[in-house]
Amino acid sequence: MQPQIHISKVSKVFSTGGRKVVALDDINLEVSPGEFICLLGPSGCGKSTLLNAIAGFSPPTAGSIVVDGRPVQAPGPDRGMVFQEYALFPWMTVEKNIAFGLEIKKQPKAQIREKVSALLEMLKLKDFRDRYPKDLSGGMRQRVAIARVLALDSPILLMDEPFGALDSLTRRNLQDELLRIWTKFRKSIIFVTHSIEESIYLADRIVVMTYRPGTIKKIVSVSMPRPRDPSSVEFNDLKKELALLVMEEQSRHNQNEIKVPAAD
Amino acid sequence: MKNILARLYASLQGLLVPVVLLAIWQYLSAHAIVNPQILPAPTAVIAKWWEYLLPTEAFDPSRSGYLAWLFSGEMIHDAYASMYRVVVGFLVGTVLALPLGLLMGANDRIYKLFNPLIQILRPIPPIAFIPLSILWFGLGNPPAIFLIVIGAFFPVLMNTIAGVRHVDGIYIRAARSLGASQTTMFLRVMLPAATPYILTGARIGIGTAFIVVIVAEMIAVNNGLGYRILEAREFFWSDKIIAGMFTIGLLGLAIDSGMNRLNNYLLKWHRGIESN
Repeated sequence: MQPQIHISKVSKVFSTGGRKVVALDDINLEVSPGEFICLLGPSGCGKSTLLNAIAGFSPPTAGSIVVDGRPVQAPGPDRGMVFQEYALFPWMTVEKNIAFGLEIKKQPKAQIREKVSALLEMLKLKDFRDRYPKDLSGGMRQRVAIARVLALDSPILLMDEPFGALDSLTRRNLQDELLRIWTKFRKSIIFVTHSIEESIYLADRIVVMTYRPGTIKKIVSVSMPRPRDPSSVEFNDLKKELALLVMEEQSRHNQNEIKVPAAD
Repeated sequence: MKNILARLYASLQGLLVPVVLLAIWQYLSAHAIVNPQILPAPTAVIAKWWEYLLPTEAFDPSRSGYLAWLFSGEMIHDAYASMYRVVVGFLVGTVLALPLGLLMGANDRIYKLFNPLIQILRPIPPIAFIPLSILWFGLGNPPAIFLIVIGAFFPVLMNTIAGVRHVDGIYIRAARSLGASQTTMFLRVMLPAATPYILTGARIGIGTAFIVVIVAEMIAVNNGLGYRILEAREFFWSDKIIAGMFTIGLLGLAIDSGMNRLNNYLLKWHRGIESN
Protein backbone atom coordinates (compact mmCIF):
# COMPACT_ATOMS: atom_id res chain seq x y z
CA MET A 1 0.00 0.00 0.00
CA GLN A 2 1.15 3.53 -0.79
CA PRO A 3 2.22 5.27 2.44
CA GLN A 4 0.03 8.21 3.37
CA ILE A 5 2.82 10.03 5.15
CA HIS A 6 6.35 9.65 3.89
CA ILE A 7 9.10 11.10 6.07
CA SER A 8 12.61 10.79 4.70
CA LYS A 9 15.96 11.98 6.05
CA VAL A 10 14.32 14.69 8.12
CA SER A 11 16.51 16.71 10.43
CA LYS A 12 15.87 19.88 12.37
CA VAL A 13 18.43 22.18 13.96
CA PHE A 14 17.47 24.98 16.34
CA SER A 15 19.92 27.69 17.19
CA THR A 16 19.28 29.34 20.51
CA GLY A 17 21.67 31.93 21.89
CA GLY A 18 24.50 30.93 19.58
CA ARG A 19 24.14 27.28 20.63
CA LYS A 20 22.99 24.77 18.07
CA VAL A 21 20.63 22.04 19.18
CA VAL A 22 19.98 19.13 16.89
CA ALA A 23 16.35 18.35 17.65
CA LEU A 24 15.82 15.78 14.90
CA ASP A 25 18.39 13.79 12.99
CA ASP A 26 17.81 11.51 10.01
CA ILE A 27 14.22 10.53 10.69
CA ASN A 28 12.72 8.05 8.25
CA LEU A 29 9.17 6.86 8.71
CA GLU A 30 6.29 5.73 6.56
CA VAL A 31 2.72 5.75 7.79
CA SER A 32 0.07 3.72 6.00
CA PRO A 33 -3.49 4.98 5.66
CA GLY A 34 -5.52 4.18 8.77
CA GLU A 35 -2.48 3.40 10.88
CA PHE A 36 -2.22 4.43 14.53
CA ILE A 37 1.33 5.55 15.34
CA CYS A 38 2.59 6.67 18.75
CA LEU A 39 5.74 8.74 19.08
CA LEU A 40 7.21 7.83 22.45
CA GLY A 41 10.13 9.33 24.32
CA PRO A 42 11.21 11.53 27.22
CA SER A 43 10.66 15.26 26.99
CA GLY A 44 13.19 16.96 24.75
CA CYS A 45 13.49 13.99 22.39
CA GLY A 46 11.97 15.92 19.52
CA LYS A 47 8.67 14.05 19.24
CA SER A 48 6.64 17.26 19.28
CA THR A 49 9.13 18.83 16.88
CA LEU A 50 8.51 15.99 14.45
CA LEU A 51 4.74 16.37 14.84
CA ASN A 52 4.97 20.12 14.24
CA ALA A 53 7.00 19.48 11.12
CA ILE A 54 4.34 17.09 9.79
CA ALA A 55 1.66 19.63 10.72
CA GLY A 56 3.55 22.27 8.74
CA PHE A 57 4.11 24.67 11.64
CA SER A 58 7.87 24.48 11.50
CA PRO A 59 9.50 22.98 8.42
CA PRO A 60 12.47 20.64 8.81
CA THR A 61 16.00 21.95 8.19
CA ALA A 62 16.66 19.10 5.77
CA GLY A 63 14.80 16.13 4.35
CA SER A 64 11.24 15.87 3.10
CA ILE A 65 7.78 15.17 4.44
CA VAL A 66 5.26 14.11 1.83
CA VAL A 67 1.58 13.68 2.68
CA ASP A 68 -0.71 12.06 0.11
CA GLY A 69 1.85 12.70 -2.59
CA ARG A 70 2.31 16.40 -1.80
CA PRO A 71 5.22 17.88 0.14
CA VAL A 72 4.12 19.61 3.34
CA GLN A 73 4.55 23.38 3.11
CA ALA A 74 2.08 24.88 5.53
CA PRO A 75 -0.53 23.81 8.09
CA GLY A 76 -3.80 22.73 6.56
CA PRO A 77 -7.13 21.09 7.32
CA ASP A 78 -6.01 17.83 5.70
CA ARG A 79 -3.98 17.23 8.88
CA GLY A 80 -6.25 17.90 11.87
CA MET A 81 -4.26 18.97 14.91
CA VAL A 82 -5.18 18.34 18.56
CA PHE A 83 -3.08 20.17 21.14
CA GLN A 84 -2.33 19.32 24.74
CA GLU A 85 -3.54 22.80 25.74
CA TYR A 86 -6.83 22.15 23.86
CA ALA A 87 -6.46 25.47 21.98
CA LEU A 88 -10.20 26.01 21.89
CA PHE A 89 -11.27 29.55 21.08
CA PRO A 90 -12.56 30.81 24.43
CA TRP A 91 -14.81 33.43 22.82
CA MET A 92 -16.76 30.81 20.89
CA THR A 93 -19.31 28.43 22.33
CA VAL A 94 -18.74 24.69 22.04
CA GLU A 95 -20.96 24.62 18.96
CA LYS A 96 -19.14 27.54 17.32
CA ASN A 97 -15.75 26.00 18.03
CA ILE A 98 -16.74 22.80 16.26
CA ALA A 99 -18.36 24.68 13.38
CA PHE A 100 -15.42 27.04 12.84
CA GLY A 101 -13.48 24.86 10.40
CA LEU A 102 -16.63 24.17 8.39
CA GLU A 103 -17.46 27.87 8.25
CA ILE A 104 -13.97 28.51 6.92
CA LYS A 105 -14.72 25.95 4.21
CA LYS A 106 -17.92 27.93 3.49
CA GLN A 107 -20.18 24.91 3.75
CA PRO A 108 -23.93 25.57 3.68
CA LYS A 109 -25.37 26.46 7.08
CA ALA A 110 -27.85 23.60 7.27
CA GLN A 111 -25.10 21.12 6.53
CA ILE A 112 -22.86 22.62 9.20
CA ARG A 113 -25.63 22.41 11.78
CA GLU A 114 -26.30 18.79 10.92
CA LYS A 115 -22.63 17.81 11.12
CA VAL A 116 -22.08 19.66 14.39
CA SER A 117 -25.16 18.05 15.94
CA ALA A 118 -23.93 14.60 14.97
CA LEU A 119 -20.51 15.29 16.50
CA LEU A 120 -22.01 16.71 19.69
CA GLU A 121 -24.03 13.54 19.96
CA MET A 122 -21.10 11.24 19.25
CA LEU A 123 -18.78 12.89 21.77
CA LYS A 124 -21.49 13.25 24.44
CA LEU A 125 -21.35 17.04 24.34
CA LYS A 126 -25.01 17.71 23.58
CA ASP A 127 -25.71 19.38 26.91
CA PHE A 128 -22.75 21.71 26.50
CA ARG A 129 -23.63 23.05 23.07
CA ASP A 130 -24.03 26.69 24.16
CA ARG A 131 -21.37 26.72 26.87
CA TYR A 132 -18.06 28.49 26.64
CA PRO A 133 -14.82 26.52 27.07
CA LYS A 134 -14.15 28.13 30.46
CA ASP A 135 -17.19 26.28 31.83
CA LEU A 136 -15.88 22.85 30.78
CA SER A 137 -13.55 20.38 32.48
CA GLY A 138 -10.28 19.42 30.82
CA GLY A 139 -11.71 16.17 29.49
CA MET A 140 -14.73 17.95 28.01
CA ARG A 141 -12.50 20.55 26.40
CA GLN A 142 -10.44 17.88 24.74
CA ARG A 143 -13.63 16.24 23.46
CA VAL A 144 -14.57 19.55 21.85
CA ALA A 145 -11.09 19.85 20.33
CA ILE A 146 -11.42 16.34 18.90
CA ALA A 147 -14.88 17.13 17.55
CA ARG A 148 -13.45 20.28 15.96
CA VAL A 149 -10.92 18.35 13.90
CA LEU A 150 -13.34 15.51 13.15
CA ALA A 151 -15.71 18.07 11.66
CA LEU A 152 -13.12 18.77 8.97
CA ASP A 153 -13.06 15.09 8.04
CA SER A 154 -9.29 15.21 7.60
CA PRO A 155 -7.75 11.84 6.76
CA ILE A 156 -4.92 12.45 9.25
CA LEU A 157 -5.06 13.37 12.92
CA LEU A 158 -1.98 14.78 14.62
CA MET A 159 -2.22 14.68 18.39
CA ASP A 160 0.35 16.35 20.63
CA GLU A 161 0.10 14.74 24.09
CA PRO A 162 -3.64 15.36 23.97
CA PHE A 163 -4.44 13.57 27.21
CA GLY A 164 -1.29 14.61 29.07
CA ALA A 165 -3.03 17.08 31.35
CA LEU A 166 -5.97 14.83 32.29
CA ASP A 167 -6.47 12.62 35.32
CA SER A 168 -6.06 8.89 34.74
CA LEU A 169 -9.76 7.99 34.68
CA THR A 170 -10.70 10.72 32.21
CA ARG A 171 -7.65 9.75 30.26
CA ARG A 172 -8.65 6.11 29.87
CA ASN A 173 -12.13 7.25 28.98
CA LEU A 174 -10.88 9.46 26.18
CA GLN A 175 -8.44 6.83 24.96
CA ASP A 176 -11.37 4.44 24.49
CA GLU A 177 -13.36 7.21 22.82
CA LEU A 178 -10.47 7.87 20.45
CA LEU A 179 -10.12 4.19 19.57
CA ARG A 180 -13.85 4.05 18.88
CA ILE A 181 -13.59 7.05 16.56
CA TRP A 182 -10.51 5.64 14.91
CA THR A 183 -12.19 2.29 14.27
CA LYS A 184 -15.21 4.05 12.83
CA PHE A 185 -13.46 6.55 10.54
CA ARG A 186 -10.15 4.75 9.93
CA LYS A 187 -8.03 7.86 10.05
CA SER A 188 -4.25 7.82 10.23
CA ILE A 189 -3.24 9.03 13.65
CA ILE A 190 0.14 10.24 14.85
CA PHE A 191 -0.05 10.52 18.59
CA VAL A 192 2.73 12.00 20.73
CA THR A 193 3.01 10.73 24.29
CA HIS A 194 5.53 10.11 27.01
CA SER A 195 3.35 7.49 28.66
CA ILE A 196 4.49 3.96 27.83
CA GLU A 197 1.18 2.46 28.87
CA GLU A 198 -0.78 4.89 26.73
CA SER A 199 1.30 4.04 23.68
CA ILE A 200 0.79 0.29 24.14
CA TYR A 201 -2.92 0.75 24.76
CA LEU A 202 -3.41 2.74 21.57
CA ALA A 203 -0.85 2.15 18.86
CA ASP A 204 -0.35 -0.17 15.92
CA ARG A 205 3.29 0.84 15.95
CA ILE A 206 5.27 2.64 18.64
CA VAL A 207 8.15 4.82 17.49
CA VAL A 208 10.65 5.13 20.35
CA MET A 209 12.81 8.22 20.01
CA THR A 210 16.24 9.05 21.39
CA TYR A 211 17.15 12.14 23.37
CA ARG A 212 19.21 14.77 21.55
CA PRO A 213 19.70 14.35 18.79
CA GLY A 214 16.18 13.04 18.27
CA THR A 215 16.44 9.92 16.17
CA ILE A 216 14.32 6.80 15.90
CA LYS A 217 15.69 4.31 18.41
CA LYS A 218 13.30 1.50 17.63
CA ILE A 219 9.94 0.90 16.04
CA VAL A 220 7.83 -1.62 17.96
CA SER A 221 4.75 -3.21 16.39
CA VAL A 222 1.91 -4.02 18.74
CA SER A 223 -0.19 -6.90 17.50
CA MET A 224 -2.39 -7.48 20.55
CA PRO A 225 -6.09 -7.31 19.67
CA ARG A 226 -8.07 -4.36 21.01
CA PRO A 227 -9.39 -3.63 23.56
CA ARG A 228 -6.03 -4.31 25.17
CA ASP A 229 -5.84 -5.35 28.77
CA PRO A 230 -3.16 -3.40 30.66
CA SER A 231 -3.01 -6.15 33.29
CA SER A 232 -2.23 -8.94 30.79
CA VAL A 233 1.17 -10.62 30.69
CA GLU A 234 1.76 -9.68 27.09
CA PHE A 235 1.00 -6.02 27.81
CA ASN A 236 3.38 -5.96 30.75
CA ASP A 237 6.19 -7.71 28.92
CA LEU A 238 6.00 -5.06 26.25
CA LYS A 239 5.82 -2.39 28.90
CA LYS A 240 9.06 -3.66 30.45
CA GLU A 241 10.79 -3.77 27.11
CA LEU A 242 9.74 -0.24 26.27
CA ALA A 243 10.56 1.02 29.76
CA LEU A 244 14.16 -0.12 29.31
CA LEU A 245 14.42 1.72 26.01
CA VAL A 246 12.85 4.90 27.33
CA MET A 247 14.81 4.86 30.60
CA GLU A 248 18.09 4.80 28.71
CA GLU A 249 17.07 8.01 27.00
CA GLN A 250 15.66 9.51 30.17
CA SER A 251 18.98 8.98 31.97
CA ARG A 252 20.86 10.66 29.13
CA HIS A 253 18.37 13.49 29.48
CA ASN A 254 19.03 13.69 33.21
CA GLN A 255 22.82 13.76 32.77
CA ASN A 256 22.43 16.50 30.21
CA GLU A 257 20.23 18.50 32.56
CA ILE A 258 22.97 18.40 35.19
CA LYS A 259 25.76 19.34 32.78
CA VAL A 260 24.14 22.31 31.06
CA PRO A 261 21.15 24.37 32.10
CA ALA A 262 18.10 23.42 30.09
CA ALA A 263 17.33 25.49 27.03
CA ASP A 264 13.62 24.88 27.26
CA MET B 1 -32.52 36.26 56.96
CA LYS B 2 -29.01 36.03 58.29
CA ASN B 3 -27.77 36.90 54.83
CA ILE B 4 -29.96 40.03 54.66
CA LEU B 5 -28.72 41.15 58.05
CA ALA B 6 -25.13 40.62 56.99
CA ARG B 7 -25.67 42.66 53.84
CA LEU B 8 -27.43 45.39 55.77
CA TYR B 9 -24.55 45.48 58.19
CA ALA B 10 -22.04 45.67 55.33
CA SER B 11 -23.81 48.61 53.70
CA LEU B 12 -24.14 50.37 57.05
CA GLN B 13 -20.44 49.90 57.55
CA GLY B 14 -19.79 51.48 54.15
CA LEU B 15 -21.90 54.49 55.12
CA LEU B 16 -20.10 55.09 58.39
CA VAL B 17 -17.18 57.20 57.17
CA PRO B 18 -19.22 59.44 54.81
CA VAL B 19 -21.86 60.06 57.49
CA VAL B 20 -19.27 61.00 60.10
CA LEU B 21 -17.53 63.35 57.67
CA LEU B 22 -20.85 64.96 56.69
CA ALA B 23 -21.75 65.43 60.34
CA ILE B 24 -18.43 67.15 61.06
CA TRP B 25 -18.88 69.32 57.97
CA GLN B 26 -22.44 70.23 59.01
CA TYR B 27 -21.27 71.03 62.53
CA LEU B 28 -18.47 73.29 61.29
CA SER B 29 -20.87 75.24 59.05
CA ALA B 30 -23.78 75.43 61.50
CA HIS B 31 -21.59 76.93 64.20
CA ALA B 32 -20.02 79.37 61.76
CA ILE B 33 -16.56 77.94 62.42
CA VAL B 34 -15.85 78.14 58.68
CA ASN B 35 -17.09 80.89 56.43
CA PRO B 36 -20.11 79.52 54.48
CA GLN B 37 -18.77 81.29 51.39
CA ILE B 38 -15.68 79.11 51.59
CA LEU B 39 -17.47 75.93 52.63
CA PRO B 40 -21.28 75.97 52.62
CA ALA B 41 -23.19 73.48 54.78
CA PRO B 42 -24.03 70.10 53.23
CA THR B 43 -27.72 70.92 53.57
CA ALA B 44 -27.18 74.11 51.58
CA VAL B 45 -25.34 72.15 48.89
CA ILE B 46 -28.14 69.60 48.66
CA ALA B 47 -30.74 72.35 48.44
CA LYS B 48 -28.77 74.02 45.68
CA TRP B 49 -28.32 70.73 43.86
CA TRP B 50 -32.07 70.16 43.92
CA GLU B 51 -32.72 73.68 42.68
CA TYR B 52 -30.11 73.21 39.92
CA LEU B 53 -31.84 69.98 38.89
CA LEU B 54 -35.40 71.32 38.78
CA PRO B 55 -36.86 73.34 35.91
CA THR B 56 -36.37 77.09 36.29
CA GLU B 57 -39.84 78.11 35.14
CA ALA B 58 -43.32 76.99 36.19
CA PHE B 59 -45.02 74.38 34.04
CA ASP B 60 -46.95 75.95 31.18
CA PRO B 61 -48.79 73.41 28.97
CA SER B 62 -49.15 75.90 26.14
CA ARG B 63 -45.38 76.18 25.75
CA SER B 64 -44.07 72.62 26.11
CA GLY B 65 -44.98 69.08 27.07
CA TYR B 66 -44.64 67.87 30.64
CA LEU B 67 -41.56 65.72 30.03
CA ALA B 68 -39.79 68.47 28.13
CA TRP B 69 -40.54 70.82 31.01
CA LEU B 70 -39.35 68.28 33.57
CA PHE B 71 -36.00 68.03 31.83
CA SER B 72 -35.62 71.74 31.21
CA GLY B 73 -33.56 72.31 34.34
CA GLU B 74 -30.13 73.86 34.03
CA MET B 75 -28.32 70.79 35.32
CA ILE B 76 -29.99 68.48 32.83
CA HIS B 77 -28.94 70.79 30.00
CA ASP B 78 -25.40 71.01 31.28
CA ALA B 79 -25.11 67.26 31.81
CA TYR B 80 -26.50 66.64 28.34
CA ALA B 81 -24.04 69.10 26.78
CA SER B 82 -21.10 67.49 28.57
CA MET B 83 -22.18 63.95 27.74
CA TYR B 84 -22.71 64.88 24.11
CA ARG B 85 -19.12 66.09 23.86
CA VAL B 86 -17.75 63.04 25.68
CA VAL B 87 -19.66 60.59 23.49
CA VAL B 88 -18.87 62.28 20.17
CA GLY B 89 -15.21 62.81 21.09
CA PHE B 90 -14.83 59.27 22.41
CA LEU B 91 -16.46 57.73 19.34
CA VAL B 92 -14.33 59.74 16.92
CA GLY B 93 -11.18 58.93 18.91
CA THR B 94 -12.03 55.23 19.01
CA VAL B 95 -12.96 55.05 15.34
CA LEU B 96 -9.54 56.54 14.52
CA ALA B 97 -7.56 54.53 17.07
CA LEU B 98 -9.06 51.07 16.57
CA PRO B 99 -8.11 50.39 12.94
CA LEU B 100 -4.68 51.96 13.39
CA GLY B 101 -4.09 49.93 16.53
CA LEU B 102 -5.19 46.70 14.84
CA LEU B 103 -2.91 47.36 11.88
CA MET B 104 0.03 48.32 14.08
CA GLY B 105 -0.47 45.29 16.29
CA ALA B 106 -0.75 42.86 13.41
CA ASN B 107 1.87 44.25 11.04
CA ASP B 108 5.41 44.89 12.17
CA ARG B 109 6.23 47.24 9.29
CA ILE B 110 3.28 49.49 10.01
CA TYR B 111 4.19 49.38 13.69
CA LYS B 112 7.74 50.54 13.01
CA LEU B 113 6.45 53.25 10.68
CA PHE B 114 4.03 54.82 13.16
CA ASN B 115 5.46 53.97 16.55
CA PRO B 116 8.08 56.78 16.82
CA LEU B 117 5.51 59.47 16.06
CA ILE B 118 3.07 58.00 18.56
CA GLN B 119 5.71 57.74 21.25
CA ILE B 120 6.43 61.46 20.81
CA LEU B 121 2.80 62.60 20.79
CA ARG B 122 1.48 60.26 23.47
CA PRO B 123 3.11 61.89 26.53
CA ILE B 124 1.67 65.31 25.66
CA PRO B 125 -1.33 65.76 27.98
CA PRO B 126 -4.51 66.58 26.01
CA ILE B 127 -4.78 69.77 28.10
CA ALA B 128 -1.58 71.02 26.46
CA PHE B 129 -3.43 71.03 23.15
CA ILE B 130 -5.85 73.72 24.40
CA PRO B 131 -4.08 76.75 22.89
CA LEU B 132 -3.65 75.01 19.56
CA SER B 133 -7.22 73.74 19.54
CA ILE B 134 -8.59 77.28 20.05
CA LEU B 135 -6.25 78.61 17.38
CA TRP B 136 -7.42 75.95 14.94
CA PHE B 137 -11.10 75.65 15.79
CA GLY B 138 -12.02 78.90 17.54
CA LEU B 139 -14.57 78.60 20.34
CA GLY B 140 -17.56 76.30 20.84
CA ASN B 141 -17.87 72.55 20.48
CA PRO B 142 -15.19 71.87 17.85
CA PRO B 143 -12.11 72.64 20.02
CA ALA B 144 -13.66 70.86 23.02
CA ILE B 145 -14.42 67.75 20.99
CA PHE B 146 -10.95 67.90 19.42
CA LEU B 147 -9.38 67.75 22.89
CA ILE B 148 -11.59 64.83 23.90
CA VAL B 149 -10.70 62.97 20.71
CA ILE B 150 -7.03 63.28 21.66
CA GLY B 151 -7.77 62.18 25.21
CA ALA B 152 -9.61 59.04 24.08
CA PHE B 153 -7.37 58.22 21.11
CA PHE B 154 -4.14 57.19 22.83
CA PRO B 155 -5.45 54.82 25.51
CA VAL B 156 -7.54 52.97 22.92
CA LEU B 157 -4.64 52.87 20.48
CA MET B 158 -2.02 51.63 22.93
CA ASN B 159 -4.25 48.92 24.35
CA THR B 160 -5.37 47.74 20.94
CA ILE B 161 -1.75 47.37 19.82
CA ALA B 162 -0.89 45.49 23.01
CA GLY B 163 -4.00 43.31 22.68
CA VAL B 164 -3.21 42.20 19.15
CA ARG B 165 0.46 41.65 19.95
CA HIS B 166 -0.38 39.49 22.95
CA VAL B 167 -2.72 37.09 21.18
CA ASP B 168 -1.72 33.62 22.36
CA GLY B 169 0.15 31.83 19.57
CA ILE B 170 -1.78 28.63 20.21
CA TYR B 171 -5.00 30.20 18.85
CA ILE B 172 -3.21 31.28 15.72
CA ARG B 173 -1.74 27.82 15.25
CA ALA B 174 -5.12 26.18 15.79
CA ALA B 175 -6.81 28.52 13.32
CA ARG B 176 -4.09 27.99 10.72
CA SER B 177 -4.42 24.24 10.95
CA LEU B 178 -8.19 24.62 10.52
CA GLY B 179 -7.45 26.44 7.28
CA ALA B 180 -8.24 30.03 8.27
CA SER B 181 -7.46 32.72 5.70
CA GLN B 182 -5.77 36.00 6.67
CA THR B 183 -9.11 37.79 6.88
CA THR B 184 -10.75 35.08 8.98
CA MET B 185 -7.70 34.98 11.22
CA PHE B 186 -7.91 38.72 11.76
CA LEU B 187 -11.66 39.07 12.25
CA ARG B 188 -12.49 35.87 14.09
CA VAL B 189 -9.32 35.12 16.02
CA MET B 190 -7.08 38.16 16.56
CA LEU B 191 -9.89 40.66 17.11
CA PRO B 192 -11.88 38.66 19.69
CA ALA B 193 -8.68 37.54 21.41
CA ALA B 194 -7.66 41.20 21.73
CA THR B 195 -11.07 42.34 23.00
CA PRO B 196 -10.20 42.30 26.72
CA TYR B 197 -7.30 44.69 26.06
CA ILE B 198 -9.34 46.87 23.72
CA LEU B 199 -12.12 47.23 26.27
CA THR B 200 -9.62 48.19 28.95
CA GLY B 201 -8.36 50.85 26.56
CA ALA B 202 -11.89 52.06 25.93
CA ARG B 203 -12.53 52.32 29.64
CA ILE B 204 -9.39 54.37 30.23
CA GLY B 205 -10.19 56.38 27.10
CA ILE B 206 -13.67 57.38 28.19
CA GLY B 207 -12.34 58.20 31.66
CA THR B 208 -9.77 60.52 30.10
CA ALA B 209 -12.46 61.99 27.83
CA PHE B 210 -14.50 62.82 30.90
CA ILE B 211 -11.58 64.60 32.56
CA VAL B 212 -10.83 66.53 29.39
CA VAL B 213 -14.43 67.61 28.81
CA ILE B 214 -14.58 69.39 32.17
CA VAL B 215 -11.36 71.29 31.46
CA ALA B 216 -12.35 72.05 27.88
CA GLU B 217 -15.67 73.48 29.03
CA MET B 218 -13.90 75.82 31.40
CA ILE B 219 -12.17 77.39 28.43
CA ALA B 220 -13.92 77.02 25.11
CA VAL B 221 -17.69 76.91 25.61
CA ASN B 222 -20.48 78.49 27.64
CA ASN B 223 -22.47 75.54 28.84
CA GLY B 224 -21.77 72.12 30.31
CA LEU B 225 -20.86 71.09 33.83
CA GLY B 226 -17.29 72.35 33.62
CA TYR B 227 -18.42 75.75 32.45
CA ARG B 228 -21.12 75.90 35.15
CA ILE B 229 -18.83 75.38 38.13
CA LEU B 230 -16.37 77.94 36.82
CA GLU B 231 -19.23 80.40 36.30
CA ALA B 232 -20.43 79.74 39.84
CA ARG B 233 -16.99 80.68 41.16
CA GLU B 234 -17.27 84.09 39.52
CA PHE B 235 -20.45 84.73 41.48
CA PHE B 236 -19.01 83.20 44.64
CA TRP B 237 -21.73 80.52 44.63
CA SER B 238 -19.69 77.93 46.44
CA ASP B 239 -22.79 75.79 47.07
CA LYS B 240 -23.36 75.57 43.33
CA ILE B 241 -19.70 74.70 42.70
CA ILE B 242 -19.95 71.74 45.04
CA ALA B 243 -23.38 70.76 43.69
CA GLY B 244 -21.88 70.80 40.18
CA MET B 245 -18.92 68.73 41.30
CA PHE B 246 -21.30 66.24 42.83
CA THR B 247 -23.13 65.94 39.50
CA ILE B 248 -19.82 65.45 37.69
CA GLY B 249 -19.00 62.64 40.10
CA LEU B 250 -22.37 60.95 39.57
CA LEU B 251 -22.02 61.17 35.81
CA GLY B 252 -18.52 59.71 35.96
CA LEU B 253 -19.81 56.85 38.08
CA ALA B 254 -22.65 56.25 35.61
CA ILE B 255 -20.21 56.14 32.67
CA ASP B 256 -17.91 53.75 34.47
CA SER B 257 -20.64 51.35 35.49
CA GLY B 258 -22.03 51.49 31.95
CA MET B 259 -18.62 50.51 30.60
CA ASN B 260 -18.41 47.80 33.21
CA ARG B 261 -21.69 46.31 32.04
CA LEU B 262 -20.61 46.45 28.42
CA ASN B 263 -17.40 44.75 29.48
CA ASN B 264 -19.22 41.95 31.25
CA TYR B 265 -21.52 41.45 28.31
CA LEU B 266 -18.81 41.35 25.66
CA LEU B 267 -16.47 39.24 27.78
CA LYS B 268 -18.94 36.72 29.10
CA TRP B 269 -16.66 34.03 27.63
CA HIS B 270 -13.67 35.30 29.58
CA ARG B 271 -12.17 33.29 32.42
CA GLY B 272 -12.18 36.07 35.00
CA ILE B 273 -15.90 36.77 34.70
CA GLU B 274 -18.49 34.47 36.24
CA SER B 275 -21.40 33.63 34.01
CA ASN B 276 -24.82 33.38 35.56
